[in-house]
Amino acid sequence: MSSVVLKNIVKRFGSFTAVHPSNLEIPEGDFVTLLGPSGCGKTTNLRMIAGLLDPTEGEILIGGKRVNDLPIHKRNLGIVFQNYALFPHKSVADNVAFGLKYRNVTKTEIARRVEAALSLVQLPHVGGRYPKELSGGQQQRIALARAIVIEPDVLLLDEPLSALDANLREDMRVELKRIQHQIGVTTVFVTHDQSEALAMSDRIVVMSGGRIEQVGTPEEVYNRPQSEFVANFLGASNILTGVCRERSAETATLEVPLFGMVPVPNDKAARVTDGPAKLVLRAEKLTLMDTGADTSGMIAAAATVETVDYQGQTVRYFVRVGDRSLQAINMINERPFPEGSAVVVAFRPQDCAALPG
Amino acid sequence: MRSTSGLGWHLIRGWALLVYVFMFLPVAVVVLLSFNDSQFGSFPMTGLSFRWFVELWENEAILRAFETSIVLCLLTSIISTTLGVLASLALVRYRVPGANAISTLLIAPILVPEVVLAVALLLFLNFLGIHKSFALLLFGHVIFTLPFVILVVQARLVSIRREIEEAAMSLGANPVQTFFQITLPLMLPAVLAGALFAFTISFDDITGTLFWKPGGVETIPTQIFAMLRNSISPEINALGTVMIVMTVGLPLLGVAVARRLAQRSGG
Repeated sequence: MSSVVLKNIVKRFGSFTAVHPSNLEIPEGDFVTLLGPSGCGKTTNLRMIAGLLDPTEGEILIGGKRVNDLPIHKRNLGIVFQNYALFPHKSVADNVAFGLKYRNVTKTEIARRVEAALSLVQLPHVGGRYPKELSGGQQQRIALARAIVIEPDVLLLDEPLSALDANLREDMRVELKRIQHQIGVTTVFVTHDQSEALAMSDRIVVMSGGRIEQVGTPEEVYNRPQSEFVANFLGASNILTGVCRERSAETATLEVPLFGMVPVPNDKAARVTDGPAKLVLRAEKLTLMDTGADTSGMIAAAATVETVDYQGQTVRYFVRVGDRSLQAINMINERPFPEGSAVVVAFRPQDCAALPG
Repeated sequence: MRSTSGLGWHLIRGWALLVYVFMFLPVAVVVLLSFNDSQFGSFPMTGLSFRWFVELWENEAILRAFETSIVLCLLTSIISTTLGVLASLALVRYRVPGANAISTLLIAPILVPEVVLAVALLLFLNFLGIHKSFALLLFGHVIFTLPFVILVVQARLVSIRREIEEAAMSLGANPVQTFFQITLPLMLPAVLAGALFAFTISFDDITGTLFWKPGGVETIPTQIFAMLRNSISPEINALGTVMIVMTVGLPLLGVAVARRLAQRSGG
């Protein structure tokens, strides 16, 4: 177990810069997720930590030691790949034992540790089988067992759940988190799936265009986005451009079109100063109500339902307020509002966040 | 689907049969006549006998040619396969400048008429003042068989995902250990197939061999060619049968072995 530090790391491929100067510290034992759309540089970062890519500039430290010049096979890392990457010509037990053969471990000790790893991933009886005889989910568990049996300093997970079906993915999510918690290994997880990131991580690193947009706990990046990109990537948000009129001890008051004055709590408007500002209004915080409903303590405006996107538990509306179309995701109480109906949309100002304009 | 029992289909079937007869009857005749007791290598057959195989066995010149052929083919096959595997690895796994051009160049000998290649190599070595030798013959055969090895091995290597090797390295295997533990076993079917291709193509070759062989050295095909110039002895039928067994039987055996291996390793 070790910490991972990226110092002013840069990666260029020819004239294309995949990772702009980035700094990141991953404390020992943390589960950190690199989250972002494809091409944001998250996999490039992971591959640089793994030693599969050399950084163009900067330093990588694992456990406080610079590893830039250490080849991958000497870094003592466990890597789980998206497509499992099991050795097809070796049995499951030989797959798991592979890494131990290169670490002075006796045969009986290898057998014991392989067995322990297989029972940790809850597949104790498949050692004699070959990878192609297992399902995708089982193969991914074996890949995980193979990566952790060597007691790696850092566990690197490269979209390990993306190749699985939706149901299995949720099971594996819980399973992966349980195993990581049990062995306490520092883990770097790469995904483009925000729900995976929110559910599993101690901290999330949101990336876009080769830059780190924000680092924080799931709750922080979700509720206090520091950029428009983060606000939109984690869940759906409405961004209203306005002006910050007043800063008090508790709030920053923004004047935005359609809704007027909105006092945003200071902890959600940390970087806002007087002048142009943006209001981040999450779709699930914007509630539709019958006209004439009680909206005390809320900020409300009249609206018309444009589109209804029924999703079972929730419903996603597009509503027209003045000249803007806003997105709202609401729980369904009785039945959704029909298209074309006149409603009131309302939100609590403390549910909003503000960004500098 | 239209019916397959109409007159048209009968004609097509008949025609296909004729094509096969045209292709394989001469071969069948050679095999059949090699067991003919008569001292003329032609019909009618006078009885079943292995005498021509025995005579073949006792013919010094043929045995020498056979030995030369086997040594030549084995060496060609070993050298071609080794070079072919290394070239494929370089072209598929590493970013080599001009990889496409190199690949085309390596495969070009298949496209160039054999006679042209044979003469070119001969003239080139004459120009350098190097005389014909067994080494030159071997060199020619390697040039010739290399493309087949590269084509087969490259195709297989492309299908072996890079992550499998990366996984092995992340677990502590250095690049050499990764090659012998992971890459080589996974591409073994293709390596064997390539070696087999090289062996049979080299065993069969006559055009290049005629140009490159030093005086007094004969391979099986050139030996048959020389014998045919004097007379058509029934021995040639027997030799033909042996060659058919080697060039058809060996690849079939190889394919069977490769399939077994591929099945075991999950294709």
